[in-house]
Amino acid sequence: MSFIRSPKDVLSGLVFIALALIFAWQAKILPMGSSVRMGPGYFPMVLSGLMGLLGLIVLINGLRFDGDRTTSIAWRGVFFLTLSTVFFGFAMRPLGFLPTLAVTVFLSCLASQKFHLVTALAITAVMVAFSWGVFIVGLGLPIQLIGPWLGGY
Amino acid sequence: MELFDNLALGFSVAFSLQNLLYCFIGCLLGTLIGVLPGLGPVATIAMLLPITFGLPPVSALIMLAGIYYGAQYGGSTTAILINLPGESSSVVTAIDGHQMAKQGRAGAALATAALGSFFAGTVATFLLALFAPPLADLALQFGPPEYFALMVLGLVASVTLASGSVVKALAMIVLGLLLGLSGQDIYTGTPRFTFDVQELADGFDFVALAMGMFGVGEIIRNLEDESQRTLVAAKVSSLMLTKAEFKQIIAPVLRGTILGSFLGILPGGGAMLSSFASYSIEKKFAKDSRRFGKGAIEGVAGPESANNAGAQTSFIPMLTLGIPSNPVMALMIGALIIQGITPGPNVVTEKPDLFWGVIASMWIGNLMLVLLNLPLIGMWVRLLTVPYHVLFPAIMAFCCIGVYSVNNNTFDVYTMALFGLAGYILVKLECEPAPLLLGFVIGPMLEEYLRRAMLISRGDPLVFVTRPISAGLLLVAVVALVVVLLPSVNKTREEAFKE
Repeated sequence: MSFIRSPKDVLSGLVFIALALIFAWQAKILPMGSSVRMGPGYFPMVLSGLMGLLGLIVLINGLRFDGDRTTSIAWRGVFFLTLSTVFFGFAMRPLGFLPTLAVTVFLSCLASQKFHLVTALAITAVMVAFSWGVFIVGLGLPIQLIGPWLGGY
Repeated sequence: MELFDNLALGFSVAFSLQNLLYCFIGCLLGTLIGVLPGLGPVATIAMLLPITFGLPPVSALIMLAGIYYGAQYGGSTTAILINLPGESSSVVTAIDGHQMAKQGRAGAALATAALGSFFAGTVATFLLALFAPPLADLALQFGPPEYFALMVLGLVASVTLASGSVVKALAMIVLGLLLGLSGQDIYTGTPRFTFDVQELADGFDFVALAMGMFGVGEIIRNLEDESQRTLVAAKVSSLMLTKAEFKQIIAPVLRGTILGSFLGILPGGGAMLSSFASYSIEKKFAKDSRRFGKGAIEGVAGPESANNAGAQTSFIPMLTLGIPSNPVMALMIGALIIQGITPGPNVVTEKPDLFWGVIASMWIGNLMLVLLNLPLIGMWVRLLTVPYHVLFPAIMAFCCIGVYSVNNNTFDVYTMALFGLAGYILVKLECEPAPLLLGFVIGPMLEEYLRRAMLISRGDPLVFVTRPISAGLLLVAVVALVVVLLPSVNKTREEAFKE
């Protein structure tokens, strides 16, 4: 694909255009109003148009000028950190603070290429104890320690 | 003298035991994250936002401010000792600072950085006290068109002064503005961009967005190159400066302070730009510019003064106009809004204890930093040996707990995961997330002022051009944009940032 001279710019351009289309599509159902009394859809529509235009410029620039090659992606980090965050959100209510945090921290440790089981377990233990001390005892956050799935109330 | 009355009020607020404590915590945390590479003030402040909800507004702002300028301070320590800038604003300090350390003058470099920062911080605090109130008075006469123009100028300027592609940064601002509009429309209550998700009725959560982009996204990026971190810290001997060295740094410190104070006020300015600009100026002023890069003490004194001055004065537009000049200030505005305070010209008159208390605390904080840094340097250096793969799971834990505890809402945690991914993708595409955050905070205000302005003018867009102040502001914005897009300027600008 030799006509793409800067893959990063071409991709960003496409992302901006796609997002502009989504926002414009969402703004279309809102009342536009007039320029004197702008409706809720007026400003979003203007901005969507502007973003689409800017995206187009970025795209064209990407076809005209050379840019950096794309670098490798930290797939491991992307996967485990997203997983650990989503798990935290999912498990907070049913499992409670302590087990959820332990799993989240452990999953986060897995994101590193330097993952080591003993270190990871140690980090997990320290973090759970520390967070319990700071957030539950110290700041008194109203969070269940053990959730209903594990026999909490 | 009204100024002294006000400062006295400020000091009486800042010297309360509680506020001194929060100032100290802020400075300590700031130094800590400044020393640790891969953890910046934006992520830290985002993480701590939930904790500040329970504090009185003054204490919250004092602590957050301490983190910001403390980070500029801590960043220089690692830059000098191990050639690893903890903050982007200390990148230039590493050039000559680390060379000095290699020649056994680490102590002198550290002392220069500390003294320069302290001097610059003191001056900038006074400038803040001197110029903020008149600016707020002026801003009180602003109508909706002026505010709209001012915000446009702020957004444009933040782009032109940042590094990277201008068009992309503009697109990121617009994306931020759009995201900021999500939630209920203020006039009609119509839900916008909620995608039929009930939790989005109030829009995307500010804390979740900031933590996702600057916390989670940043961690993923740091995990890309884990291997290269072998640290050998230079030995620190005497922290005393010789008389000759002291004479050498006076002029650079003064120049750096003036430059930093000025650049800090500009939207998009702040610490990083100030330090870069100061370094190139010192190089021009030097009799023998070849010494730079080989341990010139001026190359430490100038930028370190400039970045601290810039960090302080960037509070001026935030406190007086309610307009953030950089992402950290955007977070501060977020913190104030959550506390129920609308940042703007009224803060000076309606909340004098907040305004003057924060200003006074900055000076106290700067003093604390000198005391905190110089004697404890050994401890900070030892902290550096904590490897990143031990550190980041802890940051993840704080992010998750922090974002959850804001509303006790799991949806916010998912939002953070989403913006973490989005932040990483955008960084991979070389789109800086910082302008997006600015746009996100400004979005709702910008729309409100635009609507009000159009209502006053009966739909005539010429209102922005016929009112002198708004016309002037918009003109500056247009000129800045045109200048930065000119090919020749664009080239030198890129070179300047590469240096």
